[in-house]
Amino acid sequence: MQSGTAAVSMRDIVKAFGPVVANDKVDLDIFSGEILALLGENGSGKTTLMNILSGIYYPDAGHVSVNGREVSIRSPKDVYDLGIGMVHQHFKLVDVLTAAENIILGMPGEGNLDMKAVGRKILDICALYGFSVDPGQKVYDMSVSQKQTVEIVKVLYRGAKILILDEPTAVLTPQETEKLFRVLRNMKNDGKAIVLITHKLHEVEEISDRVAVLRRGKNAGELVTKNTDAAEMTNMMVGRAVTLNIARPEPKDPKPRIVVDRLTLRDEEGIIKLNEVSFTAYSGEVLGIAGISGCGQKELLETIAGLHPLKSGSVTYIKPETGEKIDMAGLDPREIFSLGVMLSFVPEDRLGMGLVGNMDLTNNMMLRSFRRGKSVFTDRKTPRNLARSVVDELSVNTPGLTTPVRRLSGGNVQKVLVGREISSSPTVLMTAYAVRGLDINSSYTIYDLINQQKEKGVAVIFVGEDLDVLLELCDRILVLCGGRVSGIVAGRGADKNEVGLMMTKHGKETTHESDA
Amino acid sequence: MNPTHREPWIRIARRDSIAAWHGWLIRLAGLLLALLVSAVVIYLIVRLNPIKVYSAMFEGNFGTNRRMWVTFRDIAMLLCIGIGLAPAFKMRFWNIGAEGQVLVGGIATAAVMIYCGKFMPTWALLIASLLASLVAGAVWGGIPAAFKARYGTNETLFTLMMNYVAIQLTSYFVAVWENPFGSNTVGIINQRTQTGWFPPLLGQKYMLNVLLVLVLTVAMFVYLRYSKHGYEIAVVGESNKTARYIGISVKRVLIRTMMLSGAVCGLAGFIAVAGASHTISTSTAGGSGFTAIIVAWLAKFNTFVMVLVAGLLVFLEKGAIQIASQYNLNDYASQMITGIILFFILGSEFFTRYRVIFRGRKGGR
Amino acid sequence: MAQVLSLLQAAIVFGTVILFGAVGEILTEKSGNLNLGVPGIMYLGGIAGLGGAFLYETSVAAPVPLVGLIIALFCALLASVLAGFIYSFLTITLRANQNVTGLTLTIFGSGVANFLGGAMNKMAGGVGQISVSATSSAYRATFPFLSEVGVLSSLGFMTYLAIVLAFIMSWFLRKTRKGLNLRAVGENPATADAAGISVTKYKYLSTCVGAAVTGLGGLYYVMDYIKGTWANDGGIEKLGWLAVALVIFARWKPRHAIWGSYLFGVLFWLYFYIGGLTRSSQELFKMLPYIVTILVLIVVSMRRKHENQPPASLGQPYFREDR
Repeated sequence: MQSGTAAVSMRDIVKAFGPVVANDKVDLDIFSGEILALLGENGSGKTTLMNILSGIYYPDAGHVSVNGREVSIRSPKDVYDLGIGMVHQHFKLVDVLTAAENIILGMPGEGNLDMKAVGRKILDICALYGFSVDPGQKVYDMSVSQKQTVEIVKVLYRGAKILILDEPTAVLTPQETEKLFRVLRNMKNDGKAIVLITHKLHEVEEISDRVAVLRRGKNAGELVTKNTDAAEMTNMMVGRAVTLNIARPEPKDPKPRIVVDRLTLRDEEGIIKLNEVSFTAYSGEVLGIAGISGCGQKELLETIAGLHPLKSGSVTYIKPETGEKIDMAGLDPREIFSLGVMLSFVPEDRLGMGLVGNMDLTNNMMLRSFRRGKSVFTDRKTPRNLARSVVDELSVNTPGLTTPVRRLSGGNVQKVLVGREISSSPTVLMTAYAVRGLDINSSYTIYDLINQQKEKGVAVIFVGEDLDVLLELCDRILVLCGGRVSGIVAGRGADKNEVGLMMTKHGKETTHESDA
Repeated sequence: MNPTHREPWIRIARRDSIAAWHGWLIRLAGLLLALLVSAVVIYLIVRLNPIKVYSAMFEGNFGTNRRMWVTFRDIAMLLCIGIGLAPAFKMRFWNIGAEGQVLVGGIATAAVMIYCGKFMPTWALLIASLLASLVAGAVWGGIPAAFKARYGTNETLFTLMMNYVAIQLTSYFVAVWENPFGSNTVGIINQRTQTGWFPPLLGQKYMLNVLLVLVLTVAMFVYLRYSKHGYEIAVVGESNKTARYIGISVKRVLIRTMMLSGAVCGLAGFIAVAGASHTISTSTAGGSGFTAIIVAWLAKFNTFVMVLVAGLLVFLEKGAIQIASQYNLNDYASQMITGIILFFILGSEFFTRYRVIFRGRKGGR
Repeated sequence: MAQVLSLLQAAIVFGTVILFGAVGEILTEKSGNLNLGVPGIMYLGGIAGLGGAFLYETSVAAPVPLVGLIIALFCALLASVLAGFIYSFLTITLRANQNVTGLTLTIFGSGVANFLGGAMNKMAGGVGQISVSATSSAYRATFPFLSEVGVLSSLGFMTYLAIVLAFIMSWFLRKTRKGLNLRAVGENPATADAAGISVTKYKYLSTCVGAAVTGLGGLYYVMDYIKGTWANDGGIEKLGWLAVALVIFARWKPRHAIWGSYLFGVLFWLYFYIGGLTRSSQELFKMLPYIVTILVLIVVSMRRKHENQPPASLGQPYFREDR
């Protein structure tokens, strides 16, 4: 399979963003009639490498050849001319245009548009590979999976022979994933070269012919799928065998702290995000929340934190000292705080929600506390001291307290955020994807901090994506699927496959009911 | 279709940071370049030695004591509006409606002076018209903010339109208050009694204007930099999501800040009417509402830097008017030169944020 | 009846000025550039046309109207494109803020135009003395076969040109590839970029061509509306902002700008034809176009219909490597 000239060959690719080297002399070959899985953890440089190939970034150094000829890819236009097409994780579609208009966007050609002919050609492509697309449908009326289909048809319409898909299954249900894989196999048999960027091992095993692994921006190795197994790939991906050895102290004197009852949430378009979710979080324990991405984890935490107006169901907080019950429904974060509910929340979007990227460390420490005191002026001494102690205690690597946090690396940003959130002595700590994009050391620092809080009697709610971490860190695991609770299992002795199965149980009846 | 493997000829990279002196050096270079180009333009038009022209400009600004104070008065006016815009802009709310907010403040002031001038003493009139102008400006600024908060209505276009509603409103009141009949102007209000006028301070007619605005400059700086409101404004401006996360009501901050912004602009109308022209017309704001947008933007919402920018613009205007009268041209030369200089300053901002990398060269720092 | 006729004629003449302005600005805004320099561009277009015609008419003994027309047209287009280019260079290449740059362009344009207009008036002998009667007569010449047709009897060719341009623009935006690409640039430049569309090129071209069309509004104002003269009375500026308002009123659709412009004209002149209005209430009447525009803006934002919204990236800069 690897004989002959590579369809694409990348050599010694280097790309840095400021101090962060995203790609450090990376090599990659892509062949026709083959599905290549580009495997790596978050932040390993997969997407950067493919963005270079699709003209989004220009490499600082290195060479790219297509069909044996060296090329310079300066713009996305060059990419199409070379027969390369990329399907991004965030779809690049124009909402107010139709599927067909999006598909022919930017294509050469003069004068009038013959949308009928375009529509016919689209339906031909769909018939060939097994898609279904309505050429006249506006993108704003489409579901996620329909949008993805439009993206794929778009690159095929332009005659792409090399397709790159960036984590295409992250937003799909299992059924939709199956459908996508069928299409990918059809395309492979048609002689296309396909690159699948992913970090899901079972998908790699299911669909790919060959695996290229990146680790921290460097080549970690290359494997033929049928000759390898998950253990070997994992080793290559993380650099050592996964023995996480996360500490898990026994919960001490657990008491109900937060009671969520039949919580239901719809988004602005009326789509159900949370469906009758009920559970209780206890003091002194870590409650893990598992689920494939987009199943309501984010919405659940945000609703408890008071970021979404509650229409149906209740959230009750039980005060540790008095046992007094406080109904948190319909309160905003400020009101929740003023009732004496010590709730801390580390959101998924660190620089967009938890912190202000353009503000320095001191100003970010103030976010939670700036209202304190009767003065109309802010107190800056306390937050400055807090910033200093967070930097010292969590060994945050920063030039100074006046550095804007967006200039810090991902791990340090997260330490600043977590440090601030636990500084207020919370009784409830919620974290969403707390270790995403972090290196191993930073991840363990975060696990330790979470365990410290747990031992202080804090009720921790930990939303995670890595099942191994959830199984080792959490006392109980709540599994969400399509906005519903598909079960709650004890963390100790839980079976990974069982949890994995629960994550996809309600897959079918997910999200597309709309308001009458 | 035939991509070579060569690096692009020119590339642009964002600067991570830039030393303050370096940034100001770049801006200064832009300004000098602008003056050079303006000099060429002036030379082409009047065939005069530009150095002489610039010295005439200085003459026009500071030639006599009276001229100097008029210059100060005009700087204060422009600065006051810029100060009003600062909180809105810091919140990333494009308040293009300063011109209208100044006018409604002016209308309110004129109304108080006309209707209450007969029976109220000057100090009471000043307080009443101050309050009236603040309220009028706050309402004028609050309306677009309320719609932005509720429906997300585009504030740039809304505030822009509000200017013209205010201008027509001014025309309406000019017609209502016309004096003498048929003149199509309001005339000098309370000309004989001078009630409701700013009293001279320390022998200077415009001292109060300048002092008021200086106090505002400091107050707004402190408000934005050190107050809890100022912090909320900064957070809302940076990220609505973060604001919601910490329980700041974006809508409330939006409306409150825009009412403040409008109120300060309304106050500028008060100063213009009670402290300078003592009349009201559609040119009471005279385009300062638009120029101040540029002042506030170039100063990055720092009110002390605004003093410099406003000073520069008024200096140019006064200077150009002086040249115009000295060399028998018309006043509009000042606008032309202001335009040229602003183009250059706007352009020079680019080089403080980005560096240009040419092929084959390592990108410096 | 005669009153209605004359109101309609006044409205059409008035509307034509802002129709040019709005059609040009729609093209510009469709690329995501909110150019608040519309009044400045109209000023520059107007003064360049007037200046060209003035120089021509003063340098020959018997000016030929058609030659004056062509010279004025050429000068107006050149000046407007230049204005569009300055705006584009600053906002696209040098990434300056669009609002601030546009307002500066308005200050600059009105300064240049009024400065030169005043100078030309003086050269011609005094305030209000400049007149390019030959050229203006060419602009105001009516089509012979229409001279008996009521409303149309006194309209020059540019009235029709404005309508034709609006239809062409409408067709261009809806039915051509380049129009589709342009809409994508204004809606979502990152997507357009990824689709191989040169965002920079489209923004430059649409802004410069848009400015050219906008500038024609200034030319029409000078040659037809005020009949080949010049007055430093801020008339162009007022109409320039109304053109910006019309863009909103028409919800970024050139076809709707056509009837919208005449409606604005009717609203603007209505006070003149309604008996018994005091001068003060006349001024309130002149507020109508702005009030109507604000109402449209509010209703559009309340109804949230996708097709009526401003281009999604309007006013936002786009740089590929920002992250």
